Amino acid sequence: MSVRIPDPVALGLARGWDVIDGAMLARDRALEADVVIVGSGAGGGVTAEILALSGLKVVIVEEGALKSSSDFKMREADAYPQLYQESAARKTRDKAINILQGRTVGGSTTVNWTSSFRTPASTLAFWRERYGLATCTDAALAPWFDLMEQRLGIAEWQTPPNENNDLLRRGAARLGYATGVIRRNVRGCWNLGYCGMGCPTNAKQSMLVTTIPVALAHGATLLTRVRAGRLVIEGERVRHLVCTALAADGVSPSGKTVTVRARHFIVAGGAINSPGLLMRSNAPDPNDLLGQRTFLHPTLVSAGLFAQRVDGYAGAPQSVYSDHFLQQGPLDGPLGFMLEAPPIHPVLLATTLAGFGAAHAETMREFAHIHGLLALLRDGFHAASTGGTVSLQEGMPVLDYPLGSTLWDGARRALLAMAEIQFAAGARSVQPAHELAGPYTSWAAARKGIAELAYQVHITRIVSAHVMGGCMMAGDPHSGVVDPDGRYHGLQNLSVHDGSIFPTSVGANPQLSIYAIVARMASTLAQALTGKPAARPRAEVA
Amino acid sequence: MKSRRTFLKAGVGAALALVLGGGIYRATRSAPVPHPLVLDADARAALGAIVPALLEGAWGPGNPTALGAIVDDVQHAILGLPLASQAELRDLFGLLALAPARRLLTGIGGTWSGASPAAVHAFLQGWRTSPLGRLRAAYAALHDLVLGAWYAAPASWEAIGYPGPQLEWGP
Repeated sequence: MSVRIPDPVALGLARGWDVIDGAMLARDRALEADVVIVGSGAGGGVTAEILALSGLKVVIVEEGALKSSSDFKMREADAYPQLYQESAARKTRDKAINILQGRTVGGSTTVNWTSSFRTPASTLAFWRERYGLATCTDAALAPWFDLMEQRLGIAEWQTPPNENNDLLRRGAARLGYATGVIRRNVRGCWNLGYCGMGCPTNAKQSMLVTTIPVALAHGATLLTRVRAGRLVIEGERVRHLVCTALAADGVSPSGKTVTVRARHFIVAGGAINSPGLLMRSNAPDPNDLLGQRTFLHPTLVSAGLFAQRVDGYAGAPQSVYSDHFLQQGPLDGPLGFMLEAPPIHPVLLATTLAGFGAAHAETMREFAHIHGLLALLRDGFHAASTGGTVSLQEGMPVLDYPLGSTLWDGARRALLAMAEIQFAAGARSVQPAHELAGPYTSWAAARKGIAELAYQVHITRIVSAHVMGGCMMAGDPHSGVVDPDGRYHGLQNLSVHDGSIFPTSVGANPQLSIYAIVARMASTLAQALTGKPAARPRAEVA
Repeated sequence: MKSRRTFLKAGVGAALALVLGGGIYRATRSAPVPHPLVLDADARAALGAIVPALLEGAWGPGNPTALGAIVDDVQHAILGLPLASQAELRDLFGLLALAPARRLLTGIGGTWSGASPAAVHAFLQGWRTSPLGRLRAAYAALHDLVLGAWYAAPASWEAIGYPGPQLEWGP
């Protein structure tokens, strides 16, 4: 099928958006703004729109390049190096966990799988009780969820799920495990299945096609391929931000710098990068909290082989979920997990499958018949689940995430639950992503085998697509990096507006939690900076 | 595990070699400033043996895709990684090129081009489940680079029944 799709970014550039590509800079630059926002993802995008609509001059600094629908060719070979942090191969320090995070205009929202959940009520209750976040109530946040759901077209997915998701629904139903339909941030979705490579039809309501274009239409400046180096701090104020322009390869410094002065600075580079920038800047951290409690929803993977075609590459990648295993015990007890299906694309599958050579090739030949399941462990609630720590290595942030017995216990239960569901759905065999596992040809064999497996880093495959924490918010200034409004403790004109502010993991895909909580923070900030009520983003249909 | 070689039980000695080897390699071959990793003849020779082992059953001699083209794709993938990761891979390929380190860590004493497929397979199996985390991580890096490069290429799709993207853009 040959089609022509209008590219809203190309149209905006033609209309004169102020976008500066760091790789094209011939000389150093100095800019001024009311507010500088580092990062253009879920937190940065929402903030940029609200502040720009409120009449503030905004400069957005993005390390990734500006890519849009005319660049999105649905090919992993292009998408991973162009759109993801570290070519989609970002890892924890010990290389035990592979982390998918976006690195492009729109951040992870440009490449995520569109799953949209409100922050679970149980998570908010935990935040109120343990971290003094009194304003994190369902009632107080409901208007912000409503606002962002309208803004981004978030609604229950009406199209029947693809077979990859329906197998989760059918298998869980046979076992009596409840499932639900995932809500998605799409308008006019073509049900192609390539959300993870950038939406080629602009149906996904990512920051790339919603908030960032509105901010640019209202006078914002966007710097791309520009890495925020450090905030220059004098006393209790940030004076300016020093940035490094990147060369066309996107990884090497070009030698040019960009300096931005502003009244207020917002760090929204995502967990890992945000604490990294604050550490490079020697931001005050009197309670040793910066970079601590970084969470990943450590994720286990299971592949089921079916007689019928599953074609997991086609259709909305995530449309069915089961939170059954999040409800089986106390929130701070043994780790619960969310079950979802991942899209199955050749590189994603080939790199996730354990083993190599003939056995690996044999499984790959069944590509179209493979069903994938993910179990996202809810980290940060159990007393022994304190997450990971970001530190600097030659100036770049690196995450240490120790994997202890509490997590391995969850991993074992998660692999068991996924295998049980896959066999209940009719799988001929199940292959957990674990170097020593299976394939198992019956649930009885899987139950015995998975229970007896060794659980160890690298041997058990663990991945993550949700990085949270590291700049945690708390009611008490001694317990948090930022306050409940996202304002940085100890610096008057600095805020953090991204997933790094969460004091635990969310327990569900985090994008909508970031949108809503940051929308509230940005609106409070806009009012403080302008003395007038903040503008409200409108639900626009592109 | 079958074919666990005694060299993999060298434990502390092997870990030491990995650390020292990387340092020696850096000291003798690298400039101090982080810079992109361009695979040299030694690194390409190592991949020339490792790629067929990792892709056994999916790619072999006679396949329309040349081995060198797969190594080129691996090179391309490496250049998209952060410079710090490229430096780690430089250390890894340095070790694989250094005969004493290679013999200690992989059991392959001669040249890569002379290594038997069975020996390369045994070395990868050994690293995959090694007691040493560094070796397991190094195996994982090779696994992801090579299998990722191969299955990113449209030439690999027909054999696995992947039709590829079904949407093409007009002019």
